[in-house]
Amino acid sequence: MAVDFLYPEYEVIRNPQRCIACRVCERQCANEVHSYDEELGVMLSDESKCVCCHRCVALCPTRALKIVKSDHTFKESANWRGDTIAEVYRQAGSGGVLLSSMGNPKDFPVYWDKILINASQVTNPSIDPLREPMETQIYLGKRTADVTRGADGKIAAELPPHLSLKVPVMFGAMSYGSISYNAHESLARAACELGTYYNTGEGGLHQDFYQYGPHTIVQVASGRFGVHKSYLEAGAAIEIKMGQGAKPGIGGHLPGAKITGDVSRTRMIPEGSDAISPAPHHDIYSIEDLRQLVFSLKEATAYQKPVSVKIAAVHNVAAIASGIARSGADIIVIDGFRGGTGAAPTRIRDNVGIPIELALAAVDQRLREEGIRDNVSIVVSGSIRSSADVVKAVALGADAVYIGTAALLALGCHLCRSCQAGRCNWGIATQRPDLVKRLNPDIGYKRLVNLVTAWDHEIKEMMGGMGINSIEALRGNRLMLRGIGLNEKELQILGIKHAGE
Amino acid sequence: MKRIYVNEKWCLGCHLCEYYCAFANSGAKNMAKALRDITIHPRIRIEEGRDVSFAVSCRHCKEPLCVKSCITGSLKIEDGVITFDRERCVGCYTCILSCPYGAIMPAEGGVIQKCELCVQNAGGSPACVAGCPNKAIVFEERGEL
Repeated sequence: MAVDFLYPEYEVIRNPQRCIACRVCERQCANEVHSYDEELGVMLSDESKCVCCHRCVALCPTRALKIVKSDHTFKESANWRGDTIAEVYRQAGSGGVLLSSMGNPKDFPVYWDKILINASQVTNPSIDPLREPMETQIYLGKRTADVTRGADGKIAAELPPHLSLKVPVMFGAMSYGSISYNAHESLARAACELGTYYNTGEGGLHQDFYQYGPHTIVQVASGRFGVHKSYLEAGAAIEIKMGQGAKPGIGGHLPGAKITGDVSRTRMIPEGSDAISPAPHHDIYSIEDLRQLVFSLKEATAYQKPVSVKIAAVHNVAAIASGIARSGADIIVIDGFRGGTGAAPTRIRDNVGIPIELALAAVDQRLREEGIRDNVSIVVSGSIRSSADVVKAVALGADAVYIGTAALLALGCHLCRSCQAGRCNWGIATQRPDLVKRLNPDIGYKRLVNLVTAWDHEIKEMMGGMGINSIEALRGNRLMLRGIGLNEKELQILGIKHAGE
Repeated sequence: MKRIYVNEKWCLGCHLCEYYCAFANSGAKNMAKALRDITIHPRIRIEEGRDVSFAVSCRHCKEPLCVKSCITGSLKIEDGVITFDRERCVGCYTCILSCPYGAIMPAEGGVIQKCELCVQNAGGSPACVAGCPNKAIVFEERGEL
């Protein structure tokens, strides 16, 4: 183009004292930023193609590279900021909807960071998790308050189906297609080793991964991709996806270019055809309709598997959750507006939905007030970033959490938020064979296991500090939380006191 | 005995192993100082085809043709590792001709060079293995070849 309105966002800084011209940066950049000038014997870079994914930086053997944000500037304005202007230029050039990936990056309050955790002093002893038993095992599903006895007087041991988690952290729904085969294998193997679950997303389950079925949650979404009887039977639980935190109210679109070979077979759609998930389920327009799907899925799997319903955190989430709790579902998943995605319209990602902290507190409160909290387990997702977030989520009322972004980070993702381009240099959000092989599941699964194991240790430490030896005793224990810098309304919604109270 | 094995499934063809090899055998402490502005002569080489790539270095065979062919006794087996004595080598290159893997190459200064599993430079820990970003090169026990 003769006139380029946009100056590159990043600069590639190469230290000539350190560069040995090994060309690993050139070979590893799918965006073709780096090149070698034979004549001059030096590496060159075209920073306009850089997405800041750090693949070259991480592999440079002499640490000769770094990526910095360009300090090139527009005339400063608090209203028309540089990124806002750039978006207008981009749309004026393309005429299209802006696309972006991963979670909402905007500067909205992160309530996890405004909540503090309690600890015991003097009057109630803290517990040392290294010396005393500490329980982070949980069960997801309906809990029944009634004890029934059979004719022989013995307690009837029949319980609704449950999921048993050794640690209250699961891997969130990411479809095969949006992420690579190797990323899926890493998640599946890690879930098995950790005694937790990963989620297929709506891309179906690759034939090779049926062996991990006992640690798989299979998803049924509006596109119904890859759904058939043995798929439903393969999983430990079935999840109906009504919405996703990153893009509430809209469906999905996996471009035909990514529907190749195995992805096409797994999704059961022709190669090269776009995989379009409608915004709504066309058979669900009410809680009664949802109930029908919940029970069709239960019927199809002989009432052996819990069924969960995943919704995005939106304004009236508490009322919706109340309906879901009455629909026969065993688990409600609430996905906050900071949740990740492989591609979403930027305006939706950045402006639709509400923070998961507020949604969780509202839902837990509502279900308790209505006496139906035990009908369902609550799982939250949408940017759970650390073990502290897990502890705060559980204390706000969650049974367990899903991690998606954190899991991808463990696999090497650097949050460059360019998944939609399909050229993931880390072998995660791509189907290009030469890029997919960059993620060796032998390394990937181990890093996931390390991450969750580390979090589990930290959760136990924090529970021990509070004098709590079972995560069940922490659930909904909001007295263990205090807000900092929050206003009266926020504290009221979160159901916690301010620090010092 | 632990040997270097290559898994082409995970080889990215990034060539880092070659540079880590050259650095390990340079004797220098700083990689940039050792390798900047030079053409490297590593003992491990990446072979690349259209969709496949893999690293090739000495297999440390149980019955090595190179040792058999060596006319001066410069190449010998020490604890399973095929080592090379620079002082004895006369540079006849018979080993280079006889190695079926092409893992021995002429060195600067007239003699030959080959992978010695870093036993002489870094204490038994091959630098190519440590430097491989995708575990495409491993150093492990797999029974005898």
